[in-house]
Amino acid sequence: MTDPSSIERHSYDVLIVGAGGAGLRAAIAAHEAGARVAVICKSLLGKAHTVMAEGGIAAAMANVWPEDGWQVHFRDTMRGGKMLNHWRMAQLHAQEAPDRVQELEEWGALFDRTADGLISQRDFGGHRYARLAHVGDRTGLELIRTLQQRTVALGIDVYMECTVTKLFQSGQATSSAEKRASADGRITGAFAYWRESGRFVVFDAPTVVLATGGIGKSYKVTSNSWEYTGDGHALALQAGASLVNMEFVQFHPTGMVWPPSVKGILVTESVRGDGGVLRNSEGRRFMFDYIPEFFKAETADTEEEADGWYEDKAKHRRPPELLPRDEVARAINSEVKAGRGSPHGGVFLDIASRRSVEYIQRRLPSMYHQFKELADVDITAEPMEVGPTCHYVMGGVAVDPDTGESAIPGLYAAGEVAGGMHGANRLGGNSLSDLLVFGKRAGAAAAEAATRAEPAAGVSDDDVRAAAEAALAPFERQGGENAYTVQQDLQDVMHNLVGIIRTADEMEKALQDLGKLRERAQQISVEGHRQYNPGWHLSLDLANMLRVSECIARAALERTESRGGHTRDDFPATDDSWGAVNLHCTLDGESIAVRREPLPTMPDDLRQLFEEK
Amino acid sequence: MGYDLKMKVWRGDQSGGELVDFVVPVEEGEVVLDALHRLQATQAGDLAVRWNCKAGKCGSCSAEINGKPRLTCMTRLSVFQPDETVTVTPLRTFPVIRDLVTDVSYNYEKAKKVPAFSPEPRQPDGTYRMQQEDVQRGQEFRKCIECFLCQSVCHVVRDHEDNKEAFSGPRLFLRYAELEMHPLETGDHRQAAKEEAGVGLCNITKCCTEVCPESIKITDNAIIPVKERVVDRSYDPLVWLGSKIFRRSSSDQ
Amino acid sequence: MTTTGTETPQPDPPTPRSSQPSGDLPGGVHAPSRAAIRPKTLRQDRYWVTPALTVIGLTAWVAYATVRVFLQSNYYVAEHHYLTPFYSPCISNGCLPEAAHFGRFLVDHPLIPYAALSLPFLLLFRLTCYYYRKAYYRSFWLSPPACAVPDGHKSYTGETRFPLIFQNAHRYTFYLAFVITLINTYDAVLAFGGEDGFGVGLGNVILVGNVIMLWAYTLSCHSCRHVTGGRLKHFSRSPIRYRWWTFVSKLNTRHMQYAWITLGTLALTDFYIMAVSAGWFDDLRFF
Repeated sequence: MTDPSSIERHSYDVLIVGAGGAGLRAAIAAHEAGARVAVICKSLLGKAHTVMAEGGIAAAMANVWPEDGWQVHFRDTMRGGKMLNHWRMAQLHAQEAPDRVQELEEWGALFDRTADGLISQRDFGGHRYARLAHVGDRTGLELIRTLQQRTVALGIDVYMECTVTKLFQSGQATSSAEKRASADGRITGAFAYWRESGRFVVFDAPTVVLATGGIGKSYKVTSNSWEYTGDGHALALQAGASLVNMEFVQFHPTGMVWPPSVKGILVTESVRGDGGVLRNSEGRRFMFDYIPEFFKAETADTEEEADGWYEDKAKHRRPPELLPRDEVARAINSEVKAGRGSPHGGVFLDIASRRSVEYIQRRLPSMYHQFKELADVDITAEPMEVGPTCHYVMGGVAVDPDTGESAIPGLYAAGEVAGGMHGANRLGGNSLSDLLVFGKRAGAAAAEAATRAEPAAGVSDDDVRAAAEAALAPFERQGGENAYTVQQDLQDVMHNLVGIIRTADEMEKALQDLGKLRERAQQISVEGHRQYNPGWHLSLDLANMLRVSECIARAALERTESRGGHTRDDFPATDDSWGAVNLHCTLDGESIAVRREPLPTMPDDLRQLFEEK
Repeated sequence: MGYDLKMKVWRGDQSGGELVDFVVPVEEGEVVLDALHRLQATQAGDLAVRWNCKAGKCGSCSAEINGKPRLTCMTRLSVFQPDETVTVTPLRTFPVIRDLVTDVSYNYEKAKKVPAFSPEPRQPDGTYRMQQEDVQRGQEFRKCIECFLCQSVCHVVRDHEDNKEAFSGPRLFLRYAELEMHPLETGDHRQAAKEEAGVGLCNITKCCTEVCPESIKITDNAIIPVKERVVDRSYDPLVWLGSKIFRRSSSDQ
Repeated sequence: MTTTGTETPQPDPPTPRSSQPSGDLPGGVHAPSRAAIRPKTLRQDRYWVTPALTVIGLTAWVAYATVRVFLQSNYYVAEHHYLTPFYSPCISNGCLPEAAHFGRFLVDHPLIPYAALSLPFLLLFRLTCYYYRKAYYRSFWLSPPACAVPDGHKSYTGETRFPLIFQNAHRYTFYLAFVITLINTYDAVLAFGGEDGFGVGLGNVILVGNVIMLWAYTLSCHSCRHVTGGRLKHFSRSPIRYRWWTFVSKLNTRHMQYAWITLGTLALTDFYIMAVSAGWFDDLRFF
């Protein structure tokens, strides 16, 4: 039994959960607004999944193409998201991204340069102009390091290797249904454990910014790290907030497929942006066979035109390899299913025959390194084998676009854990800019709200005791399920039944399986003690993964059409009536409820952008 | 293709521990971290291992394999003979927490002492102008994934606990080099590199460069240039003489 | 504040392990907080080979050079004007007049080398060289003998105190070495004009080869890299120095190779001139 009075306790104005790009940007913004800020992160500072981002930060700075501007970026983002994005988020994102990128330079970032000394920008799928500010192919690392160093310089408190398992809300002692019904339920703090010692810690804070990233670890083949267990999604659900667009999961078209131990590790889109092409086992550039009607006008239909585009973008249309990620991932999937795949079940990504050794090594140093070290493949001499890998969840906490606040007062979300910005499919490069734009907004808004908040009553001992008991439950059981086995089974279910191509039968089966897994998860027992025990950590994370997986499956079952990152074999067409509907998941007792909500209406001046060419 | 790998893994905490023998089935193309994960999933559910990306990009899974500091996710099993026993221990420079996890807070404490970046003002058009040749040196240092293998292998602190106070280590020297070479930086950090970071303790024996998984030429491109800058500032007889005669701070040289 | 768990989890403070064999270092990898692993290193490869070879190589070279420098004979081939670099510039009153291109003004004494003006600085240049420092710290001083192999010393102050603080003077020895390399170049040029006028022999090839390698070693010096351009913050504002720096940087990546190659070419040059001078064999003449 845990004695609440013996638990370590801290008090802050703004509590930030997650130390990736969004979390750190939020922390900086909240600090600058005068708030007392703490960042809590599951890993060490600077290890967040943001480091994996390779290609760049999309921002219409017009350094390379003066024609570029926020309107074009906005339009690309909405079209890439199949018009299901929250227009206001897409607008703010396109308008503010350039300033957020420039600001990084003030904090020490060293982007690649153009000849006249500005930030260089590169081409990427779905972006009309070269727009991605980048540093070779390690832009995410640059971003996280810059923000990390800024955070440290400002003296912001960071709680490393500390995991939040519960958010506290006012009036929590009452039942959860009453809590949601009442106008109360505002955030009062969070409960967490130190990984190192297994000891608990309670944070009193009137505002919490969730910046926990995504959910990829529920899938078998993923580019995501172990941290991506949907913690923020699950915390928000539990607090009573809703998740929007959860049926849309992005499978990045190019992940490594061999050797097995690296299956899923990302191969950056820059390989294609810098000249790489996709071929099947017959040597055919098959992407020409998969150009959808929606993108016909702006996509090259001959190899000559596609190759000419790299040199002269004004006179040529884009190569089909640079279609949005959902299109390319589906095309690869079809080629493999048709028996035209590579030996290890992917397709060939070839840059070796198209660019010089020096060019490849200069532009794609980490890809060169990654293939050399992990697969014994020299990408300057032979093609890579690639296939789709679970990469990003478009869905997340439904938030107010301007502040990032959810339906729960005091609860904010930014970055991948927030939903709406990317609609049905995210464009490459829009994630890093999303982190910066909405990280800053959420941090600033939370800081402001915290100053307005009345002094909190404080978290009650009963709440603390309940949270501690829940966290320790796996230690109470003996001889139960193995957490690692349950996770593997979950990954199999999601991969096989709620993957790239979905059908109603399979998803119904998935929901049944998820139910069984949930029961098994409640029987997990943990060996050893509380000190740095990964088996225990996983058993707590699993509850979140199961919640979020159920959201994905339920929302995917509900949406009877194919759009962006959601492809139904039984409803292969895009249905316009679904184009005006967002699906929201909420927690209903122990299960997930899905409700339809109309898409926010775009003002006319923005709508006009889609009528111009 | 698969075979049974013999491993010795250090298990324990600050109160003591030992190398424990395991036999674990492994497959072709796997890395040491895969073998550790299989141990966790099948034989030792509470085996503490720190890891994140498993792609050599985050620098979390540092350990010592057969006595050498390495990333477990980037050490392929094919570099060992199938009958060879692979020994994995935590980094032996930092306090152990449990099993393969060490307390690396030393590195974070030292990072706090690095002076903050203080850039010159922006151009009138609101941009910063920098040429590629002016940023490329710093870009090499910013490839650092903070795996702290260099910090761990450096004998200055690995073999001399008492130097931890005065010495920041190779990872942090990269930071000083980066500041000194940053085209926008206005400050002079040579004194800090000498006094705060203790660059004089380095005897350039280059183990940091040998273990760097990002192949950063830490010694040649960062530490030695920082040492040379310290010479400019502190050991140049002309500067020293000048400062004596003109009673001027040599920092504005 | 960055925190990694402020609570100490274990009720008992960590107890220093007393079971270690006596004679262990008090700190280092056996410090109480670190993982309890008995062997000081778990490396199983032959990590001691490199330091052992370094000791053998450097000792042999120093022994040879010492003997030669104090021999005070067979350093000049009058017929072809070959002067060994070990005696250049020859400034002692004991020097052969035709070998002394810069005059003779140093007292002739068996313990004073004939090139007493250059040799100490060349020695210092190499002693303070960033590569040689690594080589002898590792091999002679075992600090450390190899990576992740414990330092052979209880305490360590690096290059912060006398005498090692003088390693910081490397740059000034570089300036002097630069001048001396110019003199070596001058010697090599003079050697094309022997007693019978212009001619080329194997000795010339060796002398020129040596001088080229000396330049490669001298210019690839880390201090040279710093003063030519490394110290600049903005390469773009000094394009010529940037080009120099780029060139020196390329050489610099092979500084270690040049350090060893020049030891070889210096000894070879000296030995060849000694042999021809002593009449062990004749210089091979091309024309």
